[in-house]
Amino acid sequence: MKNKEPLILAVVVFFSLVTYYLVEPYAHHVMHKHVDSENFAYADLPALTKTGDAASGQDLILGAGCTGCHSIEVAGMPAPMDAVMAAQSYGVNPPDLSNAGAIYDEKFLAALIKNPAHALKVEHKFDESKGQMHPMIAFYGMGGDIDQEVADMVAYLKSIALKPEEITPAMAFENACGRCHAVAYEKWSQIGTEPNFKYEKDALEYGIRVIEYQDSLKAYMGKLPPDLSMYIRSRNEHFISTLIENPQNHLAGTAMPRVGVTAESAEKVIEHLRNAGDPKRHERASVGMYTMIYIVIFAIFAFLWKKQVWRDLH
Amino acid sequence: MAHFTKATSIKDWLNQRLAVDKVEKVMMSEYWIPKNINFLWAMGMVLVITFALLVVSGIFLLMYYVPTVEGAFYSVNYTIMREVDFGWLWRHIHGVAASVVFLIIYIHMFTGIYYGSYKKGREMIWISGMLLFVAFSAEAFSGYMLPWGQMSYWAGMVITNLFAGGSLHADGLVEWIRGDYVPAQAFLGRFFMLHVLLIPLAIIGLIGLHFGALRIPHVNNQDGEEIDFDAESKKYLDGDKAGSKVMRFANDFMSKDMMVVGIYLIFFFYLVFYNYGFAMDPVNFDPADGLKTPAHIYPEWYFLWSYEILRPFSVDLGLILFAFAQVIFVLLPFLDRSPNSVPANRRGMFAIWFWVMLVNMIILTAMGKLPPEDPFSTIGFYSAIVFVGQWLLLPVITMFEKKV
Repeated sequence: MKNKEPLILAVVVFFSLVTYYLVEPYAHHVMHKHVDSENFAYADLPALTKTGDAASGQDLILGAGCTGCHSIEVAGMPAPMDAVMAAQSYGVNPPDLSNAGAIYDEKFLAALIKNPAHALKVEHKFDESKGQMHPMIAFYGMGGDIDQEVADMVAYLKSIALKPEEITPAMAFENACGRCHAVAYEKWSQIGTEPNFKYEKDALEYGIRVIEYQDSLKAYMGKLPPDLSMYIRSRNEHFISTLIENPQNHLAGTAMPRVGVTAESAEKVIEHLRNAGDPKRHERASVGMYTMIYIVIFAIFAFLWKKQVWRDLH
Repeated sequence: MAHFTKATSIKDWLNQRLAVDKVEKVMMSEYWIPKNINFLWAMGMVLVITFALLVVSGIFLLMYYVPTVEGAFYSVNYTIMREVDFGWLWRHIHGVAASVVFLIIYIHMFTGIYYGSYKKGREMIWISGMLLFVAFSAEAFSGYMLPWGQMSYWAGMVITNLFAGGSLHADGLVEWIRGDYVPAQAFLGRFFMLHVLLIPLAIIGLIGLHFGALRIPHVNNQDGEEIDFDAESKKYLDGDKAGSKVMRFANDFMSKDMMVVGIYLIFFFYLVFYNYGFAMDPVNFDPADGLKTPAHIYPEWYFLWSYEILRPFSVDLGLILFAFAQVIFVLLPFLDRSPNSVPANRRGMFAIWFWVMLVNMIILTAMGKLPPEDPFSTIGFYSAIVFVGQWLLLPVITMFEKKV
C-alpha cells in the first residue's frame, strides 16, 4: 500500500496555514491602518541654516527666560516650582533641559523654540487666533538674526547634554514621555520614581501629590494619558515608533504632542517599554533555545523507538 | 470475599488486590489497534499531552493569580510575568496550549468526519467527543476572562448578552449569569471557579467517557475495513506479528504516538517561545475599562466560525442559527443516513460535502475576525447560509448514497 502520510500531512499543514494567514496577518492588516515610518526625519521642519555658538546660546537662554519654567539641573539651575505646582500652572511639568540636546532632534528643537504648537503638531488645540495660547511662549528673537539666535540656543543645549550614547532608555523615556505617562510596573509616575516609604502616611501624601498632578494633566490633555507598562505587548513596536514620530498619523486630532525625539532616542524609549512590559525576553530566548534542543533530541529518540518497535510489525 | 495468599513479590501483592496484570493488558498490551491507520490517529495522544501541559501550567499560574477585578490584571502581567521565576513560561505555555488544543481538536474532528468514525457503533465516541468540545469551549471562554484585560471584559459583555435571547429581552437572565448589571467582581469570581474547578472536573470525566466509548467498537481505520479483532489479536499473540491486521496499543502504537508527539512538541514549543502573539491577543494587554469599547471585538480564532454565523443576520435569526451551529455537529451520526462507514473519498457526494464544509468553515473563521463591512460581511452572510444549507442537505445526499 502506498504511504499516504506525506500527502495527509501536507493537507493538514496547508489548511492550518491558510487559516492562520487569514485570521492573523491578513485580518490585522485590514483592521489596523498602516503608517509608514518617516525615519524621524521631521521633513516638514526647516533645516538649521546657521552654525550655532554655544556661549552665545547660553546667554540667550538665560535672557529669553527659558529657565523661568524649565530647569537645567546640569548647569545648576533648579526648577522654579515642583512638578505638582508646575502642572497646576502649565498643565504639564515642563521638562528639564539638561539633556534636551541629546534626546531631541535639533531641527525639532529649533522649530519648537520659534513656534511650539507648530513643532508639537498641536495647532488644532492651540490656535492663537482664537486666543488658545500654548503654555510655552514662542521665542520672537532678541533683536538679532532669529535663526542665528535659535541655532545658538540649540548649540548650547547640545553642548551641555550627555553624549547621545550615554542617554539610558529610562532617561529618554522619562524626559520625553514620562511627564504625561506613568509606567507603574517600573514604579514610575508622572512626578518621578516612587520612593520606598517607611510610613504609610508618607506613601499616602505622595499618592495625593500624584493625584493632584494627574488632575492638572487630565484638565490639560482632556483625559489622563494611559499607563504604558504593558504597551510593548498591547501595541506593536512599529505602532509605538510611528506614534512617537507623529501621533497625528495614528490618532488624528489627538492632544498628544509630537515630542521630536531622534531615531536613536525613540529606540531607547521602546527599549524602556520592553524593560517594563517584557523584561524576561532575554531569558525567553535562552530557555527557548535549550528547550528546542531538548525537544528535537526527544523527537529523534521517539522516532528511533518507533522504528525499532515497528520492525516486527511489517 | 476473595481468597488472599501470602504474597511472593510486591507485584503479586498488588496483583491480588488491584489485578495490575489484568489492568495492564486491558489498557495497554492487549488493547488492540488496527495497523492500517495514519498519524491522524495520534491526535488523541497529542490532545492528552496538550491537556496535561494545560493542567500543569495552570497549577503554577493558580498559585499566583488573584481573582479580583482590582488585582487580576496586575497578578497576571506583573506578578506572574515579572516577579515569579519562569512565570512568563507557564503563562505562555498555558496561553499557547489553550489555542493549539483547538487546532488539534478540529483536526481530530475532521479526521473523524472524513473517515466516518462516528458510525456503526461509534456514535458514543462522537457524542462524547462533541461534549468535550463544548466543555473545552467553556473552559477556554472562562479562562479568557481571567486576565481581566479589555478583551476579557468586552468578550464577557458580548457573550453574556447573547443569553438575553434577542427579542425575548431576558435581561434578568443576563444579570443572573453576571451577578451584576455589567461584568464585575461576581462575574470574575464565578468564571474563575468554573475555569479552575467545575469545568476541568467535567472535562476529566468526559475524557474518561470518551476513552471508554472507544473500547467496544474499537478504533476505526483508514480503509473503513471491518476487522475481526478476536481473530487478528489471536494471530498476533500466536507470533504472526507481521501478518496480523492489529497491533498492541503499547508499545506498538504508543511508539508511533510518541513519535508524532515529538514532532508536535517541536511545533508547540516553537510557538511558545517564538510565535506566541496569535494566542495572546494584544488588546487583552490593556486593562479592562468599562468606559472604553475596543475598536474591534472578536473572539479567539476557534470561535470565529460560529461567531460569523451569528453576526450577518438580524438579532433573532442570528441567535437561532448560532444555536443551530452549536448543536448540529453532535447530531452528525444521525443526520448521516448512509450505511457506509468508509473514507469520504469513496462516498461520492459526501466527499464534496466534506471538503465544502472544511473550506467554508475556514472562510467563516476568517470573516468572523475581519470587520463587519463589505465585502467581508457579504461573504460571511453567504458562507453562513452555505453552512446551514449543508447540514439540511446532509440527510438527503447520504440517503441516496450507494452502498460500497
